[in-house]
Amino acid sequence: MGLLSSLSTGTGYWNPLAWVLATAVAMIVVYLIWRRGEASYKKGTAQTTPFISGNPEPEKGMVHVRASNLYWGYLDALKGYYELIVPVHSGFLNDYVLWYLGITALIMVAVVVFA
Amino acid sequence: MNGFFIENAPAFLIMLPLIGAFAAPFIGKVSSRVRTIWVIAMMTLTTITAIFLAAEVFSSGTVTYVFGATSPELSVPADSGGIPIRIIFTIDAMSALMMIIAAVTGFAVLLYSVASDRLHTGLESFYTLYLLMIAGIMGMVSTGDLFNFFVFLEILSIASAGLIAYRIDGGLAVEAALKYFVLSTIGALAILIAIGIYYGEYNALNIAMIASRMQFTLLDQIALVLIIGALAMKCGSVPMHFWTPDAYSMAPSSITAMLVVASQASLYGLFRVVFTLYNVTLNAMTVGWIIIILGVLSMVVGVTMAIPQKNVKRLMAYHAISQTGYMLLGVGVGLAVLGNQPLMESFGYIAMEGGIFHIINHAMYKGLLFLTAGAIFLRIGTYNLNRMGGLGHQMKYTMIFFIIGALAIAGIPPFNGFASKYMIYESVFAFNPILAVIAMVVSILTLASFVKVFHSIFMGPELPEYSGVKEAPVPMLIGMGVLAVVVILFGLFPQTVVNTLIAPAAEALVNQGAYITAVLGGA
Repeated sequence: MGLLSSLSTGTGYWNPLAWVLATAVAMIVVYLIWRRGEASYKKGTAQTTPFISGNPEPEKGMVHVRASNLYWGYLDALKGYYELIVPVHSGFLNDYVLWYLGITALIMVAVVVFA
Repeated sequence: MNGFFIENAPAFLIMLPLIGAFAAPFIGKVSSRVRTIWVIAMMTLTTITAIFLAAEVFSSGTVTYVFGATSPELSVPADSGGIPIRIIFTIDAMSALMMIIAAVTGFAVLLYSVASDRLHTGLESFYTLYLLMIAGIMGMVSTGDLFNFFVFLEILSIASAGLIAYRIDGGLAVEAALKYFVLSTIGALAILIAIGIYYGEYNALNIAMIASRMQFTLLDQIALVLIIGALAMKCGSVPMHFWTPDAYSMAPSSITAMLVVASQASLYGLFRVVFTLYNVTLNAMTVGWIIIILGVLSMVVGVTMAIPQKNVKRLMAYHAISQTGYMLLGVGVGLAVLGNQPLMESFGYIAMEGGIFHIINHAMYKGLLFLTAGAIFLRIGTYNLNRMGGLGHQMKYTMIFFIIGALAIAGIPPFNGFASKYMIYESVFAFNPILAVIAMVVSILTLASFVKVFHSIFMGPELPEYSGVKEAPVPMLIGMGVLAVVVILFGLFPQTVVNTLIAPAAEALVNQGAYITAVLGGA
């Protein structure tokens, strides 16, 4: 039974097996709803062809949304942050060493002052 | 025979990968097939040794092993004035946990690399450096001697640099290795200076001996900062993380998975020094907050830098930085309340356990993710997300392994990443709610980032340029499968893992007295 015990955090607990069980029940419900769906649906027929306002379906390679087109809104919203943070990652070894030495010096000050 | 093996297991732990490493080039002259079998055999034996030794530690307590003594337990010779003068390995529950991580990941990655790197030249040096890496990690987490720690750190750094540069890649991999090596060398020098300070002050190199005499003088403070700076940089903590995306993205994927473990060995060193060497003698709140700030910066900068990346390995490297932040945050909170027993009981231990649990979880799911990236590269020859798509049609098993790894890193139940993050969220919330909120937001961003990666690689129609792509070779799938099984099992039975492996490791870190007694005994 110890193997199945909940993960305790002091203020709460978590039982993954209960979660798995709940998910399984939800999946069964989903399956039952799906079974009540349209029975005449047939894969690979005109039923599954995308309707693009009567236009022909584009080439397969053309419809895939590439990585660069994702999250443009997020990146635009945080433009100011990225303009600051990206140049810091300069790729120059000298900068890397300076950051390391600078932060070590900063920690030194903090530890010695508060000691 | 069994008793001899168990008694000398700490020596075998280093000896096996070293013999394997140095014999591999000679055996390769006879037959590359025999060399591959030899390397797998030595890694398997190392893994078995590590698991046996860890089982011994978890069942019977800290194991000490003295090299060059008539008995493995003779840590303090009668005529040494009470100072342990020989090389001593001190393996407590925290060391044992790290050994398990290195052994399981090392074994899975080797199986994978047998398939992924078989067509490359220079495999003699590849496997030699790989086993040296294993020896370096095992030595770092096992030794009870600071100078020894430095030596194993150097072995690990040299082997890692060689492997990062292994594929050259128009000089880019060599440049990444150079950056890693220069920073590692400067960090190692800082550690060496710190060790010199301890030796000058306490006339000892043994961790337990120095810990028993620790005064936290100004020199000790300087030594502490030199070690914190160097090891925080080596584990990829922001803002000293810059080498990480370069090195992780340019190394072969199998090596990147091991670099994650190598970074965690540095993290182990940081925790070992702070807790075992200094413990309550230092200003725990100040040093704890320094580690917490490094953790929060790592979480936020890591994940936000990951999202716009186009190279899948570079993206994963930034996520590795972000996940290291969780470990620093959890253990940092534990350190901040060290010495305050009511707060330790209330949330300090749980925070530490969450941070330590995240170390092993991260090694498994991040290793798995890097291996899936390597499998994809093997089949389509690019890490560029903009050029990928629709691979879920052909690489179904790789896709399943990727989903498991991605859900785990994003902290989605029931995978292992959720369990450790949940412990961190709740305990850190009790310490400072803002830190817990930041940790949760970072998890959401991690999920968003991996949704993008999943979509870019696997979703969409089958692209014409990848119509003939095949699934990854079976040995690579086995390597990924081993890690995926651990990710699932640790997620389904987290309390068992915490009780068996994690809580003893956290207790070993906090209980400095037990460590000192295990080495010095009644001396």
